[in-house]
Amino acid sequence: MSNEKINQLAITATKIRKHALDAVYHAASGHPGGSLSIADILSVLYFDVMNVDANNPHDENRDRFVLSKGHCSPGLYGALAEKGYFPKEDVKNFRKIDSYLQGHPDMKGVPGVDMSTGSLGQGISAANGMALTAKLYEKDFRVYAVLGDGELQEGQVWEAAMFAAHYKLDNLIAFVDFNGLQIDGDIAKVMSPLPIDEKFKAFGWNVIVIDGHNYQQIMDAIASAKETKGKPSLIMAKTVKGKGVSFMENEAGWHGSAPNKEQYEQAISELDALLSKLEVE
Amino acid sequence: MADKIATREAYGMALAEFGDKYDIVVLDADLSKSTKTETYKKKFPNKFINMGIAEGNMMSTAAGIATCGKVVFASSFAMFAAGRAFEQIRNSIGYPGLNVKIGATHAGLSVGEDGASHQCIEDISIMRTIPGMVVISPADAVETRCAVEAAIKHKGPVYLRLGRLSVPVLYDAATYQFELGKGIQISDGTDATIIANGLMVHEAVAAKQLLDKEGISVRVIDIHTIKPIDKDIIIKAAKETGAIVTAEEHNVIGGLGSAVAEVLVENCPVPMKRVGVEDKFGKSGKPEALLREYGLTAENIAGKVKEIIKMK
Ligand SMILES: Cc1ncc(C[n+]2csc(CCOP(=O)(O)OP(=O)(O)O)c2C)c(N)n1
Ligand SMILES: [Mg+2]
Repeated sequence: MSNEKINQLAITATKIRKHALDAVYHAASGHPGGSLSIADILSVLYFDVMNVDANNPHDENRDRFVLSKGHCSPGLYGALAEKGYFPKEDVKNFRKIDSYLQGHPDMKGVPGVDMSTGSLGQGISAANGMALTAKLYEKDFRVYAVLGDGELQEGQVWEAAMFAAHYKLDNLIAFVDFNGLQIDGDIAKVMSPLPIDEKFKAFGWNVIVIDGHNYQQIMDAIASAKETKGKPSLIMAKTVKGKGVSFMENEAGWHGSAPNKEQYEQAISELDALLSKLEVE
Repeated sequence: MADKIATREAYGMALAEFGDKYDIVVLDADLSKSTKTETYKKKFPNKFINMGIAEGNMMSTAAGIATCGKVVFASSFAMFAAGRAFEQIRNSIGYPGLNVKIGATHAGLSVGEDGASHQCIEDISIMRTIPGMVVISPADAVETRCAVEAAIKHKGPVYLRLGRLSVPVLYDAATYQFELGKGIQISDGTDATIIANGLMVHEAVAAKQLLDKEGISVRVIDIHTIKPIDKDIIIKAAKETGAIVTAEEHNVIGGLGSAVAEVLVENCPVPMKRVGVEDKFGKSGKPEALLREYGLTAENIAGKVKEIIKMK
């Protein structure tokens, strides 16, 4: 894979991170930590992998994306804005009374959102429903989903895990954003879902473990998941919550709080510095 | 006409019948023999999905299928559909307004021997409070068949409340007309109106016969759609007969009686009484014995009518 392509994915991911921060800062509310940790995955999915067209968001043959950890809407909206589903400036109206950019993904109001989510544990089931429909009606679209690692504590995730393997949904590729944190801190201390990879294997999934900030690894994992027949794939992506903003990294406190003006400016300047470095390369 | 048939039975047959005419996917959670979706499964094995015992997952999965433009039926007992999976129905189906039809059987006390854990008397209340959810409780097999087709044609979520117990066929299939959100006046009267749904429509009809003998003339209305409720037929009955008794196989809190009361207080307050389960859990027993013990009978309805006429 060319360095140029990877560089471009990094640029897009950085822009997604900036949108996410813009959204949360202007709303003075929202979830930056988990949005920053999935920006690289979103960049690869929307700009390298998924067969989607911002001008035709309801195409019945398009690939689907379900953000099962719906609170990370700032990240998703950032990717959708970059992709051209809606104007980038609108991101600044996130969570405002007159905006269509609802606090959690809303498929009725936000172009490009394939499933309304926000209540943890439900999105992965909906993704199964989409993948199953593709099988029943012999369509060749794929379904991508992103789960939180804390979200795995919801029993419904495991009902869904059983279902996807039982119905051999090899057109489903789910990521676990393994950032190690949830609201109350370390996932292993709150209620350990570990070992995540072994659990999914035991449920009959093809499991791939990667660094969720390494573009090459994300692309390779998806390619190998696509090759896997007869089972769904789980890409366990080790990530850093708050990735890309020094003072947010690995801090549970940035799960669901907005930066003040000074913090926001600091965060943007860090990302801008990275952007100019990438754009020179 | 004399044959009795449960609305769940009619539901399964209707799914199998309409599977030819419409593209529907049916999900069930290890209860297809009881919910009767098995009838559909036998005819359309490829469009029937067994979810295992996982009702919450079933509702969200149904939602995902519906996002792909399909009409989906998801079935379980009312207790586990409306009860266990309430939040999945609310957030995965209701909020995005998806085309999922919840076929909830074994509603009410007439479940019988299984007892309180399986006798859902809260479902109408919790389902009708979800914005945009249509709630239907048919009285017999003919009405059920039409309700299933209406649910398929309606774009958006529908909760269909069905029973386990065999009930008489009240309507003539050749002439019966179902319109979503429109009540049916079964017979006219002048002294009071009985508004019922589900199997209590049969008791309402029987109550009218009892009252006729005493020279009391009542109108009987079957409100199969609790939401959206037919305000016109209720207001008209209030104006013309001046007193209302509701009858339902549900807690008196939050169900048909509450829905009718809401219309009356805002539009045309008249004396009203509710027949239903008096805020108690059910218990094991033969369905008929339970209905008797909990006052879900023609006699109790007739008694309430006599009380209410005095309040006019
Ligand atoms: C059913 C449900 N329960 C609780 C919440 C509140 N909540 C929002 S985010 C969150 C923690 C999620 O942690 P994780 O899945 O690890 O997300 P990430 O670290 O990626 O942000 C909780 C408990 C919710 N949205 N849904
Ligand atoms: Mg986490």
